[in-house]
Amino acid sequence: MSANAKEQILDFVRARYPQAEIDETQDIFALGFVNSLFAMELVMFIEKTFEVTIPNDELKIDNFRSAETMSELVDRLSPARV
Amino acid sequence: MTTQAEIAPGVLQVTDRKSARAFVDTHIVPYADAYDRQGRVPEELLERMTAAGLWAPFLPRDTGGGGMDLVTLGEVHEEVGRGCSSVRSLLTVHTMVSWAVQRWGSPAQREQWVPALGRGDVLAAFCLSEPGAGSDASGIASNVVEKNGGWVLNGVKKWITNGQRADLFLVFARTATSIGAFLVPRDTPGVEVTPIEDVLGTRASMIAEISFRDVALGPDALLGPSGFTAGMVLTGTLDLGRYSVATGSVGIIQAALEACAAYASRRTVGGSLLKDLPLIQAKLSDMVTDARAARLLVAEAGRLKDAGEASTIMATWVAKYFASTAAARHASEAVQIHGANGCGHDYPVARLYRDAKVMEIIEGSNEIQRITIAGQAEREII
Ligand SMILES: Cc1cc2nc3c(=O)[nH]c(=O)nc-3n(C[C@H](O)[C@H](O)[C@H](O)COP(=O)(O)OP(=O)(O)OC[C@H]3O[C@@H](n4cnc5c(N)ncnc54)[C@H](O)[C@@H]3O)c2cc1C
Repeated sequence: MSANAKEQILDFVRARYPQAEIDETQDIFALGFVNSLFAMELVMFIEKTFEVTIPNDELKIDNFRSAETMSELVDRLSPARV
Repeated sequence: MTTQAEIAPGVLQVTDRKSARAFVDTHIVPYADAYDRQGRVPEELLERMTAAGLWAPFLPRDTGGGGMDLVTLGEVHEEVGRGCSSVRSLLTVHTMVSWAVQRWGSPAQREQWVPALGRGDVLAAFCLSEPGAGSDASGIASNVVEKNGGWVLNGVKKWITNGQRADLFLVFARTATSIGAFLVPRDTPGVEVTPIEDVLGTRASMIAEISFRDVALGPDALLGPSGFTAGMVLTGTLDLGRYSVATGSVGIIQAALEACAAYASRRTVGGSLLKDLPLIQAKLSDMVTDARAARLLVAEAGRLKDAGEASTIMATWVAKYFASTAAARHASEAVQIHGANGCGHDYPVARLYRDAKVMEIIEGSNEIQRITIAGQAEREII
């Protein structure tokens, strides 16, 4: 599930920033292109795609640094799946 | 058994475009020019809007709201904007704050504010702009410091729609690390409201400058997360405001069109009705076309919001850019078609012209819209 989530998140980020070279552990904030518009889009994308609601206390920068940390967040918020 | 009184012929509550249209035609259209001249919307209309359930019908049903989808909300705001941009502006800022509290509030904040905002018992205003900062939100100087487990707010906010009347202010201010959003009831000591009169457009929207001097707030005043995601409270709230302004701009085009179609069918020059003159027909056809195009762009942005799609944010920028610039163009042409009558008080088009100009400035000026849209242009490569 999280490998798939990672890929979907990477696809989303790459589609927005085709010029950037991004892998799953890349700190996207370090690349300097994350603004509040993109941050909002990212949150909406994650909530919609993975059917989760991100509570305020999970809206921390460290959760959104990379595809890997975002997919870990998705795993934490998703109900256990069989 | 008690029955609810009709708020307009055949209408008990505003639940869709049709009922909004009936409400607006009954209670707003006949009086909009008077509101514009008086520089305020009377309490009586605010109360009627409360009775009609107009303030925040999109709030979830379990909070006492109507659960209205955002496409329908856009249609309702368009109808209100067709009647009076000042009234629509009051709805816009109230919508922004109500949504923000519902979306980002803690359970306690939601319980305290959402039902009252939904009913319209508490009216809200959105306070971002300052004497020294508008487009560039990062330039705001208002600040909060943490003290005794709460916050102390200082600063001045300017151009605040409904600032003269609102009961609750959502105030953006610098924290030690970023920008935060704070809920400030109007009656908090240190809050001072100074009306701004005689603005160019949306003259009845009861704009104010609000100063905050050593305003002591509890820990529960902070809305939403602090840190990097605090910017999202602002982005999300402005997105909804932009959507509402886009719908209101469609309403202005529609009002210009209706006024011009009626005038051109009556007024003769050189023995011809205006509507039969090719140059006037060209203007009317452009109004019809742009009204439809703008409405579709707005509906698409609303549909994406209802679906929770991230692409709604850009769709809303595009809709607002198109609708506001088209509104300014067509309101100007509407004055032109009315000739001298367009410059006087007997027709609504002078008001539409002044109001439309404001739409190009608020919720992201034209220039900021173009910069943002161009900045994302590569997304359009399909
Ligand atoms: C009727 C009315 C109601 C309002 N209601 C509210 C409200 O309820 N709450 C609130 O917080 N604010 C409100 N505002 C303020 C509004 O949001 C600001 O006016 C708007 O954000 C623009 O900011 P500014 O006026 O400071 O212009 P500035 O930011 O000073 O910009 C001046 C000009 O420069 C242009 N510009 C700015 N940056 C750039 C750039 N990078 N490149 C090129 N051009 C640029 C702008 O487009 C504009 O044309 C209201 C304003 C009006 C007129």
